[in-house]
Amino acid sequence: MSGPGTQEDTSAGESPEGRGALTIERPGVGGRWRRRAHRVLHEHPTVGPVAVLVLSILVFATITPSFRTPSNLGLVLQQVTVIAVLALGQAIIILTAGIDLSVGAIAVFGSITMGIASAQWGLDGVLALMLGVLVAVTMGAINGGLVAGLRLPPFLVTLATLSIFGTLTTLATGGANIRAADMAGILSWTGTPIQIGTFRVTYATFIMFALYAAIAYVMSSTAWGKHVVAVGDDRDAARLAGIRTRRVLLSVYGTAGLIYGIGSWIIIGRLGAASPNAGADYNLDAITAVVIGGISLFGGRGRVWGALVGALVVGVFRNGLQLAGVPVEWQGLAIGLLVLAAVAVDQQVRSVGAAR
Amino acid sequence: MRRSVSWVTVGVTALVVGSLTLAGCSTESGPAAEGEGGGELIGLIMKTNDVPFWQEMRKQAEQSAAERGLRIQVFAGADIGDNESQVAAIETLISAGAKGIMITPADPQAIVSAIDQAKAAGIAVVALDTPTVPADAVDATFATDNYRGGQLIGEWARKKFENEGTQPRIALIDYSADQIVVDVQRDQGFLEGFGIDLADPAIFGDETDPRIVGRGTGLLTLGDSRTAMENLLQANPDLNLVYTVNETTAFGAIEAIKAAGKMDQVTVVSIDGGCEGMEAIKRGELAATAQQFPRQMSALGVDALAKYIEDGTTPSNEGGKDATDSGTKLITDDPQDGVDSESVDAGLENCF
Repeated sequence: MSGPGTQEDTSAGESPEGRGALTIERPGVGGRWRRRAHRVLHEHPTVGPVAVLVLSILVFATITPSFRTPSNLGLVLQQVTVIAVLALGQAIIILTAGIDLSVGAIAVFGSITMGIASAQWGLDGVLALMLGVLVAVTMGAINGGLVAGLRLPPFLVTLATLSIFGTLTTLATGGANIRAADMAGILSWTGTPIQIGTFRVTYATFIMFALYAAIAYVMSSTAWGKHVVAVGDDRDAARLAGIRTRRVLLSVYGTAGLIYGIGSWIIIGRLGAASPNAGADYNLDAITAVVIGGISLFGGRGRVWGALVGALVVGVFRNGLQLAGVPVEWQGLAIGLLVLAAVAVDQQVRSVGAAR
Repeated sequence: MRRSVSWVTVGVTALVVGSLTLAGCSTESGPAAEGEGGGELIGLIMKTNDVPFWQEMRKQAEQSAAERGLRIQVFAGADIGDNESQVAAIETLISAGAKGIMITPADPQAIVSAIDQAKAAGIAVVALDTPTVPADAVDATFATDNYRGGQLIGEWARKKFENEGTQPRIALIDYSADQIVVDVQRDQGFLEGFGIDLADPAIFGDETDPRIVGRGTGLLTLGDSRTAMENLLQANPDLNLVYTVNETTAFGAIEAIKAAGKMDQVTVVSIDGGCEGMEAIKRGELAATAQQFPRQMSALGVDALAKYIEDGTTPSNEGGKDATDSGTKLITDDPQDGVDSESVDAGLENCF
């Protein structure tokens, strides 16, 4: 990663005795810096990802002239919107120490529902949109019901529903795209461009920011938000503290479904179609964004804004490396190293947190 | 620590359960002829079953098998590179006593040992759509000549740019960076047809011709193809010819070109011949495409297997070649002198 804080962090990880608890006992300048870095990362888990984002933008802007144009920055925003929105739903699930492998399948089925309802059944555009969102909420709630009600591991539940929802999509469409041009106009409204000079984004960009603002507010300022984090931190302790953990989990998966459903709407605007084959890489990309964004896969730690930062980091890397003429196979390598770095920092910070 | 250990357990369990689930849902029996009159069994093993191309292939296979009084079982992998499910399908067919197998190899090299087992059990094996590596691992191959398909659109594009006197600035959007055989054949066929020195025809990306301004990968999805095209346009705002490995890739690219307001500047060519592709040519978004004939592949395949079952004739390719061409035709509404092509109306008759 980057920044003075995380560099300290890396050196701490190199020698076994430099880890967590021992570091604290050892006085000296290095130890103090390490502790300070750990504290900053512990209390502000999004600091690292933001530093990576800023640094990567600066590097690409320096080496690639076509990167630092307003039109390209708008492009990156457009390119990350779908993943960033799906990553927001994924983020609140991961905050409960869960995971959702079916995110792409739900979002794609939502968009297929909207497309079929409008283009084939002739349903009013607004009704088709609401139906698609409702289907996505239902699918999220099914995941939540199985996780909370039957206490099944989220990994297994969503692995199974990934397969099931994906099959439903194939059965419903026969694999063929439904063109946005055949649907009511409102279903591709999210793709409407807004242009300022050469800088262009779409309405979807604003929907994305609004969703993040809303969820971030709910997470930080409502009892529900604190309950979600408490359940992720320690489910048994949360229950003993009087939190109805099952209800919280169910509501989290349902809310994620709602966010995916809005993602379905954005997908149609972005692709110009409802496409049954769109979701294959959404699942892992959404998880990648969350992890790079400093949200712990073990739950209870991280800020939802981190998912947006993570999605932007991935988007900036893909776009920047492509414009710099780096072959596509190296792009995957770069993203992989970023994920490793993020997980390593998370482990390091967690071990310090546990030692206190 | 305790929690991370349990996560490992969960992960491993999940992978095991997952592979069982996937293997389970990738196997399906052909309803058409199952149990009818107790004819001999043949199998069709596809890459996936989630796009119209494979579904057309399947429909024709079931229809031809019914006409020949054969029973057929159809299998498909979970995704386009799912070799594991295809191996399992071959094993299933061997133990079910099948007499013939048609397969569209997801991994043309890795599948060979499973094919050898089937042949050792006296089963005739033919490849459809994608040749195995080596090509003689199967008895016969019925496939689009993908190199030829690429050449058709390359030749057409060269004529168009010559006739219009435009200096070409070419971008290519492939499937992936992995140099997959079909991906390479189409790409290199296109460049050869356009008159570009290929360097090594077995790989793409090693050409030095300055008319090529950039390359991207679209993973055969609309979203990735759109992103690839956006980045190519950002780096090369004056590009004017785009090769796409299939029509889904083309549609993603077209969305990006539309958003950039450059539909008048950019010519998009592709390979596939789906009904959506025909509509896109009608709208003037896609300039030309090389049409494939998935129904022809499985019709030829079932015929060859039926003959083997009837009189023991081992399937073989015409004229001792590596594969029998199931045909490919250039479809465009902008015909160029000296290049054979057919209209969209002709293409609509065979689209999928």
